[in-house]
Amino acid sequence: MKIGVLALQGAVAEHMKSITLAGGEPVAIKRTEQLQELHGLIIPGGESTVIGRLMRKYEFIDALRDFSAQGKPMFGTCAGMIVLAERIEGQDDAHLRLMDMTVARNAFGRQRESFETDLDVKGVDEAVRAVFIRAPLVTEVGSEVDVLSTYKDEIVMARQGHLLACSYHPELTHDYRMHSYFLDMAREAQV
Amino acid sequence: METGTSRVKRGMAEMQKGGVIMDVMNAEQAKIAEAAGATAVMALERVPSDIRAAGGVARMADPTVTEQVLQAVSIPVMAKARIGHFVEAKVLESMGVDYIDESEVLTPADEVFHIDKTGFTVPFVCGAKDLGEALRRIGEGASMLRTKGEPGTGNIVEAVRHLRLINGQIRKIQNLSKDELYHEAKTLGVAYDLLLAVHESGKLPVVNFAAGGVATPSDAALMMHLGADGVFVGSGIFKSDSPEKFARAIVEATTHYEDYKLIAEVSKNLGTPMKGIEISKLVGSDRMQDRSL
Repeated sequence: MKIGVLALQGAVAEHMKSITLAGGEPVAIKRTEQLQELHGLIIPGGESTVIGRLMRKYEFIDALRDFSAQGKPMFGTCAGMIVLAERIEGQDDAHLRLMDMTVARNAFGRQRESFETDLDVKGVDEAVRAVFIRAPLVTEVGSEVDVLSTYKDEIVMARQGHLLACSYHPELTHDYRMHSYFLDMAREAQV
Repeated sequence: METGTSRVKRGMAEMQKGGVIMDVMNAEQAKIAEAAGATAVMALERVPSDIRAAGGVARMADPTVTEQVLQAVSIPVMAKARIGHFVEAKVLESMGVDYIDESEVLTPADEVFHIDKTGFTVPFVCGAKDLGEALRRIGEGASMLRTKGEPGTGNIVEAVRHLRLINGQIRKIQNLSKDELYHEAKTLGVAYDLLLAVHESGKLPVVNFAAGGVATPSDAALMMHLGADGVFVGSGIFKSDSPEKFARAIVEATTHYEDYKLIAEVSKNLGTPMKGIEISKLVGSDRMQDRSL
């Protein structure tokens, strides 16, 4: 499975390492022409304002909406989750508008409020260690969206068909179960 | 639930990778930097080239400036404390600053001891010009590094020197045997376990940005080629003729550092970059990089 990691800005190398450990073949994506060969794409953590700006500049918005329309799976972590959302609180515009949900940026506060914790994820046997860094939250979801994880009753992981998003950083731990989960989604999309 | 863990503090720097962190002196500049694609801003009272020109003692910025910048943007805000001045650092932490730069750009408050950064929830970035300094700062709790370069000069030569030196030293460490590593730890004045980690991984255990002299989009791309994870641009942006355009160009050159056509395109008609200083003209205390070890 060839899995792209959008490499405009952010924690690209960590996702590539996790994909390799999970048995996939990672590719750093800087140009829309590279999307063709992929079975799935990860939008990493970073600064969503920067990733969003560079996506517009290098014509990734239409290209990735098209990618998704072909049923190819996408996984957004932290900033990547914001990029996938239909609505962003306090802003008139959003980025890819693919997942029917509203997200709030920096929902836990500033860096000093960033934290790590054990988190139960639906469909995953044991808790994952989740690292939240100036993380966003999902404040509202549509009927097509399945909530996979909550922290203190707030939504931190969700799936809508072939689209997956989480507030935290699965790429910052040595546990690559979430990447395996995403590789399974990419395999399912092939059949 | 745990805050301020090493993973949370180092992870914050991981999210900055491939990005440009820009010095700003007020809320208006911070907004320009954010709109142009900065991954974070460094709130300062004066940029390094002005600090250089003004002389005297340079200290932590007036909290009013920092507060205005904190309120103006949604991206992370960094601020500088003097080397060894843990009270300035505590003040910045109390204000909610996202990252503290214990910086040689300000006049050192302590000529022997750096801040014990392990006692803070907020992460720190520190400057280094060689592997020994880099690992000493990590040993004290720094979660991110940057080259020292020579701040406020608009001259990339020192940042190039520091990146090349650190890269070369890492390659050397990788090839040492275990008994040689013990000796090398002593020579460099660093903790053995940190040196062992470098020996095994072939890289620094934290993110390392380039800083000190980045003045053009090509400078930023050069830093990325030499292995920097991202760049700090200090005086380069708001001392140029058209800061907004300049900032956007540096952001794009950092992302697409291997695309020379694109760098040519974004470098067109940027106006005059900052004037810059020839390094050999700086002597003694004018060399900010020599302010700590």
